[in-house]
Amino acid sequence: MNPILRQIIIIVVVMAAVLTASAGLIWLERRLLALWQDRRGPNRVGPFGLMQVTADMIKIFFKEDWIPPFADRPVFVIAPALLVVTVLMSFAVVPFAPGFVVSDLNVGLLFFLAMTALGVYGIALGGWSSNNKYALLGAIRATAQMLSYEVFMGLALMGVVILAGSFNLSDIVEAQKNLWFCIPQFPGLVIFIIAGFAETHRLPFDLPEAESELVAGFHSEYSGIKFGLFFVGEYLGVTLISAMIVIFFFGGWLGPFLPPILWFVIKTFVFICGFILLRASLPRPRYDQLMSFAWKVLLPLALLNLIITGGIVLAVG
Amino acid sequence: MNQPAPIVDELRNRFNDTVLMEQPTRDDIPTIWCTCDGVPDILGYLKNTIDRPYRMLYDLTAIDERWRDHRQDQPKGDFTVVYHLLSTDRNQDIRIKVPLEGEHPCLTSIRDIWSSADWYEREVWDMFGITFDGHPHLRRILLPATWEGHPLRKEHPARATEMGPFQLPVDKQLREEDALRFHPEQYGLSARREDTDLMFLNLGPQHPGTHGVFRIALQLDGEEIVDAVPEIGFHHRGAEKMGERQTWHTYIPYTDRIDYLGGVMNNLPYVLTVEKLAGINVPDRVKVIRIMLAEFFRIASHLVWYGTFVQDIGAMSPVFFMFNDRERIFDIITAITGGRMHPSWFRIGGVAQDLPDGWEELVREFLRSMPKRLKSYDKMMMGNRILKIRTQGIGAFTLDQALDWGVTGPGLRACGLEWDFRKKRPYSGYEQFEFDIPVAQRGDCFDRTVVRIEEIRQSLRIIEQCVNQMPGGPYKADHPLATPPIKEHTLKDIETLIHHFLGVTWGPVIPPGEACVGVEATKGNNSYYLISDGGIHAYRARIRTPSFAHLQIIPAISRGLMVPDLLAILGNLDYVMADVDR
Repeated sequence: MNPILRQIIIIVVVMAAVLTASAGLIWLERRLLALWQDRRGPNRVGPFGLMQVTADMIKIFFKEDWIPPFADRPVFVIAPALLVVTVLMSFAVVPFAPGFVVSDLNVGLLFFLAMTALGVYGIALGGWSSNNKYALLGAIRATAQMLSYEVFMGLALMGVVILAGSFNLSDIVEAQKNLWFCIPQFPGLVIFIIAGFAETHRLPFDLPEAESELVAGFHSEYSGIKFGLFFVGEYLGVTLISAMIVIFFFGGWLGPFLPPILWFVIKTFVFICGFILLRASLPRPRYDQLMSFAWKVLLPLALLNLIITGGIVLAVG
Repeated sequence: MNQPAPIVDELRNRFNDTVLMEQPTRDDIPTIWCTCDGVPDILGYLKNTIDRPYRMLYDLTAIDERWRDHRQDQPKGDFTVVYHLLSTDRNQDIRIKVPLEGEHPCLTSIRDIWSSADWYEREVWDMFGITFDGHPHLRRILLPATWEGHPLRKEHPARATEMGPFQLPVDKQLREEDALRFHPEQYGLSARREDTDLMFLNLGPQHPGTHGVFRIALQLDGEEIVDAVPEIGFHHRGAEKMGERQTWHTYIPYTDRIDYLGGVMNNLPYVLTVEKLAGINVPDRVKVIRIMLAEFFRIASHLVWYGTFVQDIGAMSPVFFMFNDRERIFDIITAITGGRMHPSWFRIGGVAQDLPDGWEELVREFLRSMPKRLKSYDKMMMGNRILKIRTQGIGAFTLDQALDWGVTGPGLRACGLEWDFRKKRPYSGYEQFEFDIPVAQRGDCFDRTVVRIEEIRQSLRIIEQCVNQMPGGPYKADHPLATPPIKEHTLKDIETLIHHFLGVTWGPVIPPGEACVGVEATKGNNSYYLISDGGIHAYRARIRTPSFAHLQIIPAISRGLMVPDLLAILGNLDYVMADVDR
């Protein structure tokens, strides 16, 4: 097959799969939360309420595309797109199965970190351009929170890089043939998961949009499809972080009997459910508590992990 | 308690020129009339100097006396301002009344004696047009700034049909909107502090965290609260004014809606006060039924508070569990009363009906399952580290502050004071029951949470005793003023038939007098101060609600904290806006 055509097909498949998955996630989350909260959740549209998301999408697409008169128009429009684009870009380096990757970059890991870092702009600009005090507070929280968690998200991954000897995500997966990195890199895993929650700003780290405090936080002024983009962006982020946890710590597509792609999907799905379960069960810390936890606990921990891993690898190899 | 209280003699000796007379009341609270000029001295003496002081300004209100018939034995005056003080050391109240003459009389503010007098004086000004000299910002509090007139004055109409049709032309709408604008300078707040610019954030009246139509203007430095200005009145429905036109009997449903989470708990102080005025003694069965239902509503209210409070802190699931439990309480309430949140089920001299067949089993089933669920909630929330760091040391007030601001209920008990009307001044037969008063020491959000959760357990204990020892007998007192009288009797004797007829067509006539009975309601001390002028409705119906006092303390305990802390405090204080605004 023409390699260019093959690449295009992969891009289309990945795009479609990722977008469908994150839309389906909305349904899944609502049903799972309902199950854990003694209620029913959406069950009217289609079998098991599966078409609920479709119905919501239709509604959101046909809503009036309203921009508040006091907002900074161009920035206000670009912000949600920026968020979704950066997350989708990250999926470009995700190896779903051997050879099944949009772009097998040598610096895949760095590309992923760079893209998540850029994602902050979507939120910060969205909150800033809304010209609303609640949105501004949400954006400030988002910026501070995501920037600081970025720091040791990267640091937590350096242990993995040392063990695998590569920034290439496929190589990292291959390096876990004998032992998944979740065992030698357990502190790294914990830190990465916590940072991942902060990056996706999901409960317990949903301070940027803390409903009971900031109404809707950074996207208070958004409605219609622009709000829809923020919404889908959040679920894309959840999928991305879950996929990354699997790639860095749980051997990616590796696994017996089943085809590699299925292993990857199953593992990712488990972590997505973990995200939802945590959301259902934890309260939210305060903004300054979150920051001090990041800098006083997680950062030293990540550095320590890095030093020890480096030391051991140096001594052994 | 019928002999004159020693406090009266003491005041007479000390303030001979100021004390005018002592007035006997149906509730036996020592009631003293004082001159207008001397009252700040007396109040200051009672709060600060006297042995075992009256440290709480329990209530401050006024009466428009101009249309009253039965007050020949009282000092002359057009208006009366009433100070109701409470001493926790003596477990005794005192009522100081001041006669005032003229259309818009003036009085010295006692804002510097009690912090809580701030809002109470504003309310009196708003409702009666009585001014208080020296009050820092005597502005409307419950009514919109554009309101004309003072509604609790007798000449002010009570019904919409007595006023012209309501119209809202554009210019009026703009004027109204403009009046809602927050002007920081009115409250002495500035937009700068040293070299930082401060931001004003308007939180509410439509905000998911304020639990009702409540507005706080925040002065922020980043997310740190420099100052806060609470604003109330959005839920004001004129409940006290309605008390002056509804008959004694038909006012009962209005009381349900004061603390709308409290259900029949609101009926209780009202019917107790009316019964005191009418001299009705209710049968034992009525007392126990009332206690049982009131305790059910205490649990229901605490469950709503528990769920919404932890949701304010970010935990999204518990609220569903707790509302489910509350639904199960409502199943029992429905089986007994036919209503859910507002059954209006207590009557003057009894309750509406006898308990239905099979009620015991329903209640027992609930008593069996609830403790287990409470235990699992404790595991889920109270053991959670995040909840602890969000609530410990947040929104703390000391016992002195609490008494100064008029805090009652769990808030007061969380400061270490064992103060519960059910124990200290047993009403409706609470002295027959065994239960504890949970207390805590630090007075912060966490301690208030602990106290309330323990109260749920104590309420379960009380309900259990109710089921086990429910006395037999009639569900209504055999008294001509018990309304409506027992139906079966009306078909047998002419006397009851006449009372029934009059009670339904006209309304029961309660003998002249005044009384105030307080109960330990779900959120604190709730009391009705009713004045009868020998008519079919109250001459003045004053409702003292706990939430009103509790909201006032918010700025004092939230300065220096952050926005999320404020929301935790709001969720934790457990107020209901209808209870604040009435």
